[in-house]
Order: sequence, then C-alpha cells, then structure tokens
Amino acid sequence: MIWVIARREFGAMFLSPLAWVILAVIQTILGYMFLTNVDTFFVLQPQMMHLENTPGVTDIVITPLMQLASIILLMIMPLITMSSIAEEKRNRTLVLLVSAPLSMTEIVLGKYLSLLLFVLILVSMLMLMPLSLYLGTSLDTGKLFSIYLGMLLLLAAFAAIGLYLSSITDSQTIAAVCSFGALLMLWVIDWIGSSNSEGQSIMAYLSIMQHHHSMLEGIFDSGDIAYYLILICGFLGLTIRQLDRERLL
Amino acid sequence: MSETLVEVENLTRYYQKHRAVSHLNFTLKAGEVLGFLGPNGAGKSTTMQVITGNLAPSEGQIRIAGYDILEAPREAKQQLGYLPEHPPVYADAGVDEYLGYCARLHRIRRHQVGAAVAKVKQQCGLKDVGNRLIGNLSKGFQQRVGIAQALIHDPPVIILDEPTVGLDPIQIREIRELIRSLGSERSVILSTHILSEVQAICDRVQIIRNGKLIYNATIDMLEHSRDTSILIALHRPPAEEVLHQLEVVDQVEALDSHRFRLILKPEASPESLVAASVQQDWGLYQLIPEQQSLEDLFIELTADDEAQAQ
Repeated sequence: MIWVIARREFGAMFLSPLAWVILAVIQTILGYMFLTNVDTFFVLQPQMMHLENTPGVTDIVITPLMQLASIILLMIMPLITMSSIAEEKRNRTLVLLVSAPLSMTEIVLGKYLSLLLFVLILVSMLMLMPLSLYLGTSLDTGKLFSIYLGMLLLLAAFAAIGLYLSSITDSQTIAAVCSFGALLMLWVIDWIGSSNSEGQSIMAYLSIMQHHHSMLEGIFDSGDIAYYLILICGFLGLTIRQLDRERLL
Repeated sequence: MSETLVEVENLTRYYQKHRAVSHLNFTLKAGEVLGFLGPNGAGKSTTMQVITGNLAPSEGQIRIAGYDILEAPREAKQQLGYLPEHPPVYADAGVDEYLGYCARLHRIRRHQVGAAVAKVKQQCGLKDVGNRLIGNLSKGFQQRVGIAQALIHDPPVIILDEPTVGLDPIQIREIRELIRSLGSERSVILSTHILSEVQAICDRVQIIRNGKLIYNATIDMLEHSRDTSILIALHRPPAEEVLHQLEVVDQVEALDSHRFRLILKPEASPESLVAASVQQDWGLYQLIPEQQSLEDLFIELTADDEAQAQ
C-alpha cells in the first residue's frame, strides 16, 4: 500500500515541470563547479608533488563540491517537499487517502518514500560527476561511498522536515518558507559565539552540518547515522500525529 | 435484506465550542436509500465526514457493517465509498490512471483493476473520456469521476455528498437512476438541496437542523400521511359555515371567493362533498387532492427556526 502511494506521488512529481527544472538547474550549477574544482586540482597538483600526506583528488574536488551541493539543496529541498501534503489539503484531495482503508502511517510513509526516490535520483546524478574521474585517475572508494551515504542521509532528513512542515498548512508557500527557515536554523545553530563553552558543544551537536561534514570527510560515525535516523523518525512521527490530530479539530 | 449496515449512535461533534452535530441516532439497512436534508450549515456534511472517518466524533459511536470506525478503521473504510462535497480528483491525472489508483488504494488486486475500472466507467458514463486529463474535464464529468471513485471497490455502503451538483438535467437523471439501482442491494446515504431528488430516489428521508434530527420518515409515510387536504372551486359557493358543517370536513380556509381549501377528517372521503355540491347546486368545477410535498414539510420544519432567530 505504501508503495502504491509512493509510485503515484513520484509520478505526479514529474508531471509538473518543477522537478525537471530543479534537477536541470542543480546539475548545471554543480557541473560548472565541478569543472572549476578539477581546474584547481591541476593548478595545485605540481606544488603537492613534493609534499607528503597531501590531500588527494577526492578531497580537493569532490568534498568541496558536495559541501556546496548540500548548501544549494538546503535551499532547493523545500521546493520539492512543499507540495506533498499542503497541495492535497488545498485541493481537498487528501480526503481520498483518508477515506481509503489506509492508516495515516501508510499515507505519510508513502509520501515520504516518493521523496526518498527523488532524493536518490538527485544524489545519484550528482555522484555521476565524481565517478567520471575514474576515467583518468583512481579515487578513494571508501570515502566516495561515505560521501554518497552522507548526502543521502542529509537530504532524507531535509525531506522529513519538509514533509512535516507541509502537513501543518494548506499553503505551499508557507510550507516552503517554514522548511527553508527550519533547515537554515539547523545549519547555523552552531554559529553561536566562538567561545568553547558547554552550550556550544550541544549546539554543535544539534547542527545538521556538523554531522554532515564529518561524513563528507569520510568519517563514518554511527553517532552521525543515529542523529539522522532520529531526526527522520521524529519528523515522520510528528507528521502522522499532525494528520491524525486534524480529524479532531 | 434486513442486515443493518450503518449504525450511528448518539453522535455529537464540536468545532471548538460550536456544536455542529448533536446526539444523532439512526440506522440504515441494506437496500435502503437515505436522503439527508437540511438548510445550509445544518451539519449534513459534518455527519458524513464523521461517518467516513475524515473527522473524529466528539462523542458517540459509528459502526459500518459491524466495524467501529474508530476501533477498526481499516475494515470499516473498506465497506465505504465516499464522494465528498468537492470531488477528490487529481487534476493532473488521466481518468483511467486515477480510477486505477483508487482501485489499488482500496486493495483491489492488480489483475482485477482493469475490470473494476471498466465497470465503473460504464456505470458512470465515462467510457469516452478515459484518456483525458481530469483537470480538462467539465465540472459535471469531474463529478462523475468522483462518483466512480466511490463505487470502484463495490462497497456495501455508499455516501454521497450532493452528488448531482453541477450536472446537466440529463446527467442528473442518469445519476439518479444509477443511485436507485445501487440502492437495490446496498445502503446509500445522500445529501442534497434538491427536494424533488429525495422524493424521486430515496426510501427514507431525514431532515436535520442545527445538528439535530428533526424528521425521520419513509417516503411512503410522507406521501400517505397527509393527503387529507383538498382544494375545491365552486361557481356558486355557499357561506363558509355551510361547508364547515359538512360531516367530513374538519377545517375550511377560503382562498378567494370561489376557491376553498378543505382539511378533511382522517379517513374521510370527499365523496359526500361532491354529493352535497350536486344537491345544493354549488357548481363544483375543481377538486384537487392536495399532497403535502416534501418542500412544504421542509419549509415548515425549518422555518420556525428562522422565526426563532429573529
């Protein structure tokens, strides 16, 4: 049942030009940045010949590229998630799902799964660029895998937050603005002061980008994975609760 | 045939402080078509939303074919087909695609979906628009797609919120016939503003006002209960008192100098009235048994409400 909903939602996403345009824009910008980074690498390469323990092509080209990608996607993901529930509420089509013999959990998971499919396509397309370097050089496969997983988890978390904020309103614009605000807040939350006080380390732990950076650098920490999973499950739970609660209002 | 499919017990529903539905009780058997009438804002749609599980009741119980809508929502909803006020159709989907999706949502097996879609398209007159986008269809066709969606899994209980809104007269007739044919073995609840529609297709009528059930009768009862009033017209009418003294007459009301409305005593026949007219040369030229229409009843029942408000 979850799969039936996910397939329909995923198909509907590509019926409007929005998904196509977003994929195209991101791919173009990051493609350009990728070429710039490769260029930088060629400039740096002769200088690094004589040094020991120098960063490899993965560190110079791919990690910065994905860092940039995560910031761009922080702004783009709200546009993907905004319509998933808010639009159905506005068009009063949510009734169809609620009246069908489905639980709220199935409805929410179906919608979330369709977002995950989109994320999978998006990240896989981005990863094609680094993979093309295999034609001319060898890469750190373990690190590449860590980056891929890191991007997937980051965007999966963005999607869960966006889905929740799409469920609390029937206006897509409000949903988009709220999720953009929430994601930005999760990003900047560790900018609080520069003193190394007790409060800062908690804030740093809460910040989504802290966890993301370590994965981009190839550090595969189960604590980071747990952070993402808790975030995702938490927001999916909130979404289910929100939709259930609306029947009481 | 006498299996009870819908049981509503003591249903109450608040929106914040406002009580939209209050202590509603009714049951519906298989093969009955129930017409739900009421002025705007009376609580018709709310009641339907609660029955279909789109809103939770504040108090009371609802059982669909024996399944409680709160305790066993999945089983209860499997027995229900629901057309809300706004048909829940996706503008960006094709008719076939949409109906196929609805079929899958209602757990129809993949290989049976095609047959189910073809059947409802036949029933709702959608055969020629299968490949069109729903968003490009007229309001009437969208409404039909909405009805088709409610029938796709062949549910024993069908709930239709104003099903004939936006349809042209021919379509209305077709949909009425469809509802009547559905009602032969299923339970149908429909709400409408069109009173003649209720008289045409329903077995039972309920009028609800301010969330309370104020009238509940079968259409047969409605049609037979009150046909004791007649209109007569006389060329040479006698004084009103003379008419009043006739044995069968209970009340007389003069409409103009020639025409009178007589309320006859229960079980009385107007035969002796005709005889009296012939004997005393009143010149009877019109005699119309007056059936109280649903409209009169509706206005009568809901009007004192407005009077109270004033």
